Parts: sequence; structure tokens; C-alpha cells
Amino acid sequence: MVTPAVRVEGLEHTFRQKGREVRALDRVDLEVGEGEFVALVGPSGCGKSTLLRVLAGLLVPTGGSAEVGGVSAVGRPGLVAFMPQKDLLLPWRRALANAALGLEVHGVPRKEARARARALFGVFGLEGFEQAWPVQMSGGMRQRLALLRTFLVPSRVLLLDEPFGALDAITRRGMHAWLQAVLALEPRTVLLVTHDVEEALVLADRVVVMSPRPGRLVEEVAAPFPRAREPGIVTSPGFVAAKARVLAALGEGGGTLAEAGEERRAPGA
Amino acid sequence: MRVLQGAARGVSRAAGAYGPSAVLLALLVVGWEAWVRVFDTRPYILPAPSRIWEGFWGTKGLLPEHIRTTLAEAVLGLGFGAAAGVAIAVLVAGIPLVRRVLMPLLVVSQTVPMVVLAPLLIVWFGFGMTPKVVVVALWGFFPVAVATADGLMHADREMVGLVRSMGGNRLQVLRYIAVPAALPAFFSGLKIAAAYAVGGAVVGEWIGASSGLGLYITRAQTSFRVDRVFVAVVLIALLSMLLFAAVHMLARLATPWMYVKTEEETT
Repeated sequence: MVTPAVRVEGLEHTFRQKGREVRALDRVDLEVGEGEFVALVGPSGCGKSTLLRVLAGLLVPTGGSAEVGGVSAVGRPGLVAFMPQKDLLLPWRRALANAALGLEVHGVPRKEARARARALFGVFGLEGFEQAWPVQMSGGMRQRLALLRTFLVPSRVLLLDEPFGALDAITRRGMHAWLQAVLALEPRTVLLVTHDVEEALVLADRVVVMSPRPGRLVEEVAAPFPRAREPGIVTSPGFVAAKARVLAALGEGGGTLAEAGEERRAPGA
Repeated sequence: MRVLQGAARGVSRAAGAYGPSAVLLALLVVGWEAWVRVFDTRPYILPAPSRIWEGFWGTKGLLPEHIRTTLAEAVLGLGFGAAAGVAIAVLVAGIPLVRRVLMPLLVVSQTVPMVVLAPLLIVWFGFGMTPKVVVVALWGFFPVAVATADGLMHADREMVGLVRSMGGNRLQVLRYIAVPAALPAFFSGLKIAAAYAVGGAVVGEWIGASSGLGLYITRAQTSFRVDRVFVAVVLIALLSMLLFAAVHMLARLATPWMYVKTEEETT
């Protein structure tokens, strides 16, 4: 049997908030195959981000196991390329140095790291902005730079936490097409967290639906298309049917998407 | 041509920024001169600006050496103070026990009046430059330590998490996140220290010295040359501004991202 890129088994997490026990994750099982693109959708506060933080080694869960490439990621950062919700570009680094951060942290000499980052600036639509400061870049560019930084972290597994959440709808659609092109060029295993159902179905091979807190996996929907999807696909019958299934699963979970939109940043997430 | 236009723009911008202060200062000086002449105030009570200028002109041969001494003490003291401040900040920010033990003592140390401490320092270190450098350093380390520790402790936790998720160790978190994040705060502290450095050196000299603006002041006072006291006051102000500007330049070089103009600001 081939070891999956990501394997989560019986994952639980409980934390204390204002003297109360809050259960963020409840017996979550999830496998992501090598090269697969899985999207995790669910209302805010359902523990999506908590799950990513566990896999990134930043949070030690209260129970269960989380493996990346067959190695336990619990309390062990450095196995994945993690992209948090905010772009978190370092204001004191120019674009090129920001992109090369992951390589430098992994011990690649600065000159080589920056040469490798520079080579991908064109692919990420950032050509000519190597020497720009983050504050000089638009929201879409900042997000592409954060993604470039994530791609350059020497890991096959990408964890993306609502990477396009801060962008307007039009820019976001452009980023979807562009991300698919980049992935065709530079294949990776991707676990994407989002609460945009359309985004999940456009990008992923498989959509996993989580319930409101305590987060459980309630439904799995395979995207009914091969990769390299046209933007127009969102109106095709197959897409609409898949979307309906995901939305139904979200509804059964007890939360609605309208609620999800209200509270963008889950406490403790 | 473009260079000339640029220079003209620079001058007009400077005039716009400092013009109002310069006009106010000029008015004060003129008013002062008029007051002294109209009421015929005695020069040992309040000398007119014209008389202060004469005092400067009369001692201009002596002044360069005094200025050199005072400036050297100020710069050296600022350097040692900043180094000590950074060292303390790293300890305070990094080790909670040190923070609890040291912080109250540091605050207490700042309540001891320097005029009380300065004579002791002269007893310990002699009449040379050392006690003055120590006074400046004792004055300067505090704002640097407090500001830098604050900057180090308030590094963005999510940025720290990002570097850790990449497998970064504590040293790398310090190098990539905490230190650059604390630099602007460090320079804020250093600016405050720089503003007080020349004054600190003069206080040290005032108690006992063989050279420096503080000595120049004591000599002027004992001979009731109030005009010369004012000469020293003006020089101290100018030197302080010079030191402050130097630190500002240093900050621009070391933290260029703090001075980046975004599109909306430039147009």
C-alpha cells in the first residue's frame, strides 16, 4: 500500500476558553493522496484552520494522529508548506527575499535561494517586482507572492488556509485559473481550506465538508470533472449538482453559509 | 535642468516643513532684542541676542576644542548606552524571570538624579572623559532598553508561526522576525537617548572637567558672563539636533521599509 501524502486519524482537539472546554475537532479521519487536491469546506469556527495548524506542527492536538508522508507531524513543524490566512509577508523584506524565506530557513544559501525564487517570478506573474516592498504591491500580487513563498518551501505538501479570502470576487476568479496553471507546471499535493463552495469545486479533485464546531467530516464530494477547468464550468449541470450536494451537507451540519460569512476569523482557530 | 528643478523642489519642501518654526524663532529673537533694549536689562541678568553673538565671536577660538570633547563624550556614551540597552532588552524579552527581577530595578535606576550621581562618578573614574561617558550611557540605555524590549516582545505571533512551520528554530525566528520587527522600536529609543546625550555630557562636565562645554559654562558663570552661558546653550541645542539627525539617517538606512512611500502617498 502506498503511504498517503497526508493521513489524519481520530484527530481530536479541545481547548479552554474563558474557563469553558471548547471542542474544536471531533474524531476527524482524512487521507490525501500524493498529488491530490483536496478542499475542506465548512462554516467558520468548525476547526478547519485548527486541522491545518496541527498538520503544520504548530499545534499539538489533544488526541489522535496526524502524519505527513508517513511521519508524525504532531509537534514537529517543517514537514509541510503552510500558507496562513493572512499573506504574512515580512514588511522588512523585498518581494524576492520574501519569496526565498522558506528556502533560507531550510538552510539554502541566500544567493542560491534568491536565484531559485527569481526564476519563478514570471510564472507567478510578479516579473519586475523582485525589488518591490510588500506595501507597494496590490492585494492580488501580495497573495501570489505569498503563494510563491509557499511553493518554494521544500515540501511536496501545501496547506492553504483561505488563500484568496481577502480578495474581491473578480481577482479571486483570476487567481483560480492561475493556480491551476501553476499546479500543472509544478505539481503538489494540496489541502485547501475555504468556505467558498464554488472555489472548492473549481479547484479540488475532492471536496470534504465539515460540520460546525465540534468539527467532524460529514460529506465527501468528488469534483465531477478532470483538472484544467474553464471558468464557465460553474454553470454546467454537473457542477451545479455537485454544488447542491455540498451545500446540502453544509446545511445538515446545522450551520448556513450566511453564518459562515459573518465571522471570518474563528476564535482559537 | 531637472537636477535644478529637483533641488528647488527640495528647498521649497524644506521651507514648507521648517519655515513656520524658523519664522517663530526669528520673531522670538527680535522680540528678545527689543525687550532688552527698551527696558535696558542688565547683561548679567539677560543679555541681548546681539551680545550673545559677540560672546560667541569673542571665544570662537576656544570653542572647537570644547565642542569636540563634549561631542566625543556624547557619541561614545550613546554608543555604550545603546549597546547596554540592547543587551538588557534581549535578556528582558527572552527570559521572563529576568524581566520580573530586572524591570523594577531599571525603573528605580532612572529615579536617581544625575546631579547626585555625577560627583560620585568623578570620584570613581577621575576628571577625564570616562565619568561623562558613563553619565550619558546611564541616561541613554533606559529608553533604548525599554523600547527594544517592547519591540522584541511584540513580534507578530503569526509571523513567528510561519517561520516555525517552515522548520525554523528559535535563532531563526529571532533573526527573520523578532530582530527586524524590533528595529524600528530600537531606533525610537535611540532617538530619545540621542536627544539627551549632549545634555548628559554637559551635566557630567559641569561637576568637574578639564575640557568641554560644561566647563565653558562653569567658567562663564563664575565670571558672570551670562552671554557665554547662552552661547553654550545654543551650541548644546545645535549639537543635540545634529546627533538626533544622525540617528534619524541611521534609522533610514537600517530600516528602509519604514520609509517606503506607497502609490497613494506619492501622488
